[in-house]
Amino acid sequence: MNNRIVLEPGAKSKNYWKDIWTYRGLFYFLAWRDILVRYKQTAIGVVWSLLRPAITIAMMCFVSWVFHAQVPDGVPRVVFVCTATLPWLFFASAFGDVSNSLISNANLISKVHFPRLIIPVSTVVVSLIDFAISLFILIVLMIIFRYAPDVRILLIPVFMLFALFNALGIGLIIATLNVKYRDFKYIVPLIIQFGVYVSPVAFSSDYVYQRLPVILFGSTFLPKVLKGMYSLNPMVAVIDGFRWCILGSSMVIYLPGFLISIAVSVLFTILGIWYFRKTEKSFADVI
Amino acid sequence: MEPIIKVEKLGKKYLINHEDKEPYVAMRDVITNKFKSVFSSKKNTQLHKEEFWALKDVSFDVNVGDRVGIIGRNGAGKSTLLKIISQVTEPSLGRVVIDGRVASLLEVGTGFHQELTGRENIFLNGAILGMTKREIEQKFDEIVDFAEIDKFLDTPVKRYSSGMYVRLAFAVAAHLEPDILIIDEALAVGDAAFQKKCLGKIEEVSGHGRTVLFVSHNMDTVSRLCNKAVLLKAGTVQATGNTDDVINTYLRSDFGTSARRNWINERHVPGNDIVKLREVRVHDKEFVLQETYDITKPIGVSMDYEVLKDGDVFTHSFKFYNQQGALLFTSHDATSPMRNQLRSKGIYTTTVWVPGNFFAEGTIIVWLAIIKKDPFKIYFEEADAASFTVVDYVRGDSAREDYILELPGLVRPLLQWQTTKI
Repeated sequence: MNNRIVLEPGAKSKNYWKDIWTYRGLFYFLAWRDILVRYKQTAIGVVWSLLRPAITIAMMCFVSWVFHAQVPDGVPRVVFVCTATLPWLFFASAFGDVSNSLISNANLISKVHFPRLIIPVSTVVVSLIDFAISLFILIVLMIIFRYAPDVRILLIPVFMLFALFNALGIGLIIATLNVKYRDFKYIVPLIIQFGVYVSPVAFSSDYVYQRLPVILFGSTFLPKVLKGMYSLNPMVAVIDGFRWCILGSSMVIYLPGFLISIAVSVLFTILGIWYFRKTEKSFADVI
Repeated sequence: MEPIIKVEKLGKKYLINHEDKEPYVAMRDVITNKFKSVFSSKKNTQLHKEEFWALKDVSFDVNVGDRVGIIGRNGAGKSTLLKIISQVTEPSLGRVVIDGRVASLLEVGTGFHQELTGRENIFLNGAILGMTKREIEQKFDEIVDFAEIDKFLDTPVKRYSSGMYVRLAFAVAAHLEPDILIIDEALAVGDAAFQKKCLGKIEEVSGHGRTVLFVSHNMDTVSRLCNKAVLLKAGTVQATGNTDDVINTYLRSDFGTSARRNWINERHVPGNDIVKLREVRVHDKEFVLQETYDITKPIGVSMDYEVLKDGDVFTHSFKFYNQQGALLFTSHDATSPMRNQLRSKGIYTTTVWVPGNFFAEGTIIVWLAIIKKDPFKIYFEEADAASFTVVDYVRGDSAREDYILELPGLVRPLLQWQTTKI
């Protein structure tokens, strides 16, 4: 018969990706649900999508200013910080949502059959929309400071894709661990809080490369190994790339570090999906 | 004919954490154990886990158009079986072959979101149950009609009454068009009129050649709805076949319920850290255990339980159901002095006496519980704890007197009648 299903221990679905495609309607409805519910019973509703990034940008500007972090010539500090805060906030909220997505949909997982991957992936949509709204702040800032970007701005989606990979890759690993060990619920906010200072948000990565050896060794020379280690943070490439798209040639990018960072991104994505697929069959028993 | 569902030697294993039997845990032990588990490999941690087979060697076939009731007491593996067939969880052994599209309703309103309106939830729930947007749009009016909620379509479901909520949830599921529909206890809620409508819908569904798998505690519903039944006990199949035969096996045999049942050697003992159930007995006024009682004689139901902690106050409660699952009455302990006293550790027994000439004929099933009144808390409850049969021998001394045809009614009291000529 055409739609015969055989349920056996360890049975691998031959149609894993095809099943996900047939359930795309569910993907759409889950994302739609998250969007509808997002600002229910709030007084100012969607304004939060502007207010939250605006406040974070102000805070990061303050940090950057207090440390006298160097900004490329001719780039207003607020625009400089904004170009990093927006992709960072996208990553942070998407990563947080993906990490909690499985346990917050525990009732679905333990009662209904559908491709599990749809849950974490669909939660990203809300963060994407928030990001799109928050771009408005960047546009306003660029108009105020009369800062015109060049054609490189068209490459933004590429770096957004990598931000998405990071959020999904790391998020899937944490979401899967979260099913069994709720400890990770408390680790995620820590990663996000810590990450904003580890990533080049208030400072450029170039500035980090200059200042770090002074702080650590009192010299201005930073060994390549340490430069590479800093780039193990997959958000370094995303933020640097994003800045490069908007600020253009005034951005100095350390190419080997950039490539390492991209590679880590891809690695996390593959690892995340692999670990998720390996574990997903036992979700309903454990959650 | 090829069966539509073929279940072959199915087994499902769960690993449960081993409970510490020590009455207290020393901090020192906790720390050393933590160190041990940090430094040792997996082998050591495995010791704290225990295997538990929720299903063992379960085999049966379901043919196209069958309505199969799955019955058994709590923990028999009914829900696990449905979860495997609905592909929510994977079997540990054996296999299931299914030839068709499955839709399952393991819980009413899975995936409903409190903040969304009825309209929005219909689409969301439909998608979760595997319908496409087009299918939902086509069935939308029918669903709204069936649920009787048209006035509240744009109200968030958190403002719905529980009845409306259940109606809407069932309505969406009922309009799925799968080859196999799986339903778990979904009808246990909702008012009588709606339950009737749901049953009608399920009958209609199976009338169209679709197959229904149905789990319920309500034997009446199962016997009306299903043409076949599977009886599970402790994860194994005890009986399959014609519904009425299987239900009778369940109710009569000693593995269903009986006049005496104890939990002393059982895995899941009803209770908490204050009180644990030990035994239930149904007996006559000389405390002799019996399965069958003369309708005119009083019947005593006793439960033994162990109090594990000094200084708590709690009371007892019994409910009596008939064979069709109808609740006859509830009785809380309102008379024994012990109900208001501080308990000390030890084993207690409590007995409730039901007078003669009260139950109607048939099988009576006992539910029992120990509850705390203030603040209200159920320490434990056990459905189907015991059962017994009441017989009217038509000797002329009961409410039946010498009438031999069917005498309807949930109870059969012998009342005082007075007739005078005025």
